[in-house]
Amino acid sequence: MSISLEHFLTVSTLLFALGLFVALSKRNAVAVLMGVELMLNASNLALVAFARLAESAMAIAGQVFVVFVITVAAAEVAVALALAVAVYRTRETIDVDKVTTLRA
Amino acid sequence: MSAILLATEHWWDLRDLSNISREILDFLRDVGPDWLAYVVSPLIGFVAAFLIFVLPSQLFVGVYGERRLIGRMQSRLGPNRVGKFGLLQPIADAIKLMQKEAITPRGADKWVMWAAPVVFVAPAVLVWAVIPFGPNMVIADIPVGLVYYLAVAALPVLAAFVAGWSSNNKYSLFGAMRVVAMAISYEVALVLGLLGVVLFTSTLSLQGIVEWQRAHDIWLVFLQPLAFIIYFISASAELNRTPTDIAEAESEIVAGYLTEYSGMKWGLFYGMDIGYALAAAAFGSTVFLGGWSFFGLEKWVPPWLILVAKTHLFYFVFIWTRGTLPRLRIDQLMALAWKYMLPLAALNLLVVAAERLWWHEAELGDGIVYLFAAANIALALLLLVGWARVLGYRPERVPTRPRLVKQAGGYVPPGAELGGGR
Amino acid sequence: MIEGAGPVAAFWGLSVLTLAAAGGVIVSRNLFHAVLFLILVFLGIAGFFLLLSADFLAMAQIIIYVGAIAVLILFAIVLTPRASRDNGETRMAPAALVVAIGVAGLLIPAIADTDWRTLASAPALPLADLGRELLGTWVLPFQLASVLLTAALVGAVMLVRSPREEQEELEEEERR
Repeated sequence: MSISLEHFLTVSTLLFALGLFVALSKRNAVAVLMGVELMLNASNLALVAFARLAESAMAIAGQVFVVFVITVAAAEVAVALALAVAVYRTRETIDVDKVTTLRA
Repeated sequence: MSAILLATEHWWDLRDLSNISREILDFLRDVGPDWLAYVVSPLIGFVAAFLIFVLPSQLFVGVYGERRLIGRMQSRLGPNRVGKFGLLQPIADAIKLMQKEAITPRGADKWVMWAAPVVFVAPAVLVWAVIPFGPNMVIADIPVGLVYYLAVAALPVLAAFVAGWSSNNKYSLFGAMRVVAMAISYEVALVLGLLGVVLFTSTLSLQGIVEWQRAHDIWLVFLQPLAFIIYFISASAELNRTPTDIAEAESEIVAGYLTEYSGMKWGLFYGMDIGYALAAAAFGSTVFLGGWSFFGLEKWVPPWLILVAKTHLFYFVFIWTRGTLPRLRIDQLMALAWKYMLPLAALNLLVVAAERLWWHEAELGDGIVYLFAAANIALALLLLVGWARVLGYRPERVPTRPRLVKQAGGYVPPGAELGGGR
Repeated sequence: MIEGAGPVAAFWGLSVLTLAAAGGVIVSRNLFHAVLFLILVFLGIAGFFLLLSADFLAMAQIIIYVGAIAVLILFAIVLTPRASRDNGETRMAPAALVVAIGVAGLLIPAIADTDWRTLASAPALPLADLGRELLGTWVLPFQLASVLLTAALVGAVMLVRSPREEQEELEEEERR
């Protein structure tokens, strides 16, 4: 038995689909953010799998890309959570069903 | 570079413990299937590292030695009742903790509260896998050993926060938030300081760092004293040791995130506090104090003994600061991390990068490290004092507030002055 | 191709762990438990990175995701005490399920059908190359990432200042 690129990509796709479901269906804004993080992790997995197992002109570019994705994910989480806390301060809720208009 | 002249390669030569493990693994390869030797080799390493080096240090130096030394530093006797000179104190502690009831509060999250000390054990055990005890004595010489230590050091922070949250107690939550705020602040300075070390050694593997120090005949503490001081203070903060143990301050928030833990669960936190401190001390001795090398002495003295001695020396300095310095407030701690250590670490990185660039571009020989060491020591002293002055801290020669009641203009009864007042 | 009993067993074990933990994020009824399952997903992905010989990335994943991002998410939950913590779904849940299954259903057959050009033996991906590429070919994204992080840092601090703090700062400035 051996593991090839398709196995890794399948796991990555399943994780991405699960993250997509979390991001689209959860009520709490922080839970939506968790779904986004799942999707980013799935793409990181796919990138590293390509770097290691696929034929390419510059194999290390996959890992370089992952470094940038991790960095951008960290920045995005910080800003998104700051936004969630700021919205909570005025509206007392971060339920995505209730925070639907700009007017309080 | 690792061809050391050991006197023998016999299995009974304890100076290189890899002889014994090699004999055992060869025997297993002859006797059993292939995978047996593969599975047994890390087990041998684990047994050797943990049972021979770590557990005695943890029990005797960590539990007994620390309390006795702190007691002597504070002009009192430490534990001296249990056994001769109190040497059986750790065993008494273990028995006491095991027979205590581990109470779980009613509204607390039972499984998560149980899992938190289990995750807290992680760094105290996992770090020993990458620490080199000798030229052939590493359990796992991974090429990213330094970053492995940083990754493992990120886990107890999470465990502490989860422990504090799941206890359903507001003091626990305070303690947990303080721990996390402090740990992430000091982690930044820690990483930048260690980065300066890596710039010189060009390798992240711990065995490689020790080999570099041996090849250049200099310890990294002399070459980068600022990085060493940053590592010492940051590691002490990550370990929640006084003077930075605001998260477990008994006088302030009842024990912080540990408040609701009792019995062996608390014992696990306490024991792994010591274990993690020893692991940080071992890591610091490996990276900064030369690890198992001692300018050529490692050919005659077992190298693992040298490393254990350096670890205990480092740990003694931890105990020393704990017994001497008062606790800092949380805002003082955060100011120390962000306003003092982070700029110093960044300046250190700048200076080290410039030195390394000059070294390699101008193709200077290896003897230039001594010049760098002298320059770096001078710069470190200058920066440590100068930056504090820039931030506005000055040593008080004359106290700004009157210290004695008489100086402040108060009334002192005639017979009550200092020295009897005759 | 990754071969050998150990790596193959590791792959299957890690897949089960990661996907089950992601499922745990969805079905757990307590937001805090969902975050803990998310941390398990991060650790599983770090395991995958180790399996794929990206050891530095595995360590970076643990330091950044488990050590910082998960802690940030926990802090956000602590700072929003009256928000619903039951990890419930919105009205759009069935539609989201259809979309997720659709995406997976489209991609997985495509992955299986494609003729990937894979390597026979493992390429050499030393850490030194990663550093050299980051500071050589990709130095512009590197600098832009640092600007982005600074902007995110300043922005996050500004966003969470309470109005009372801002009022106090303005009054102090007027007094000076």
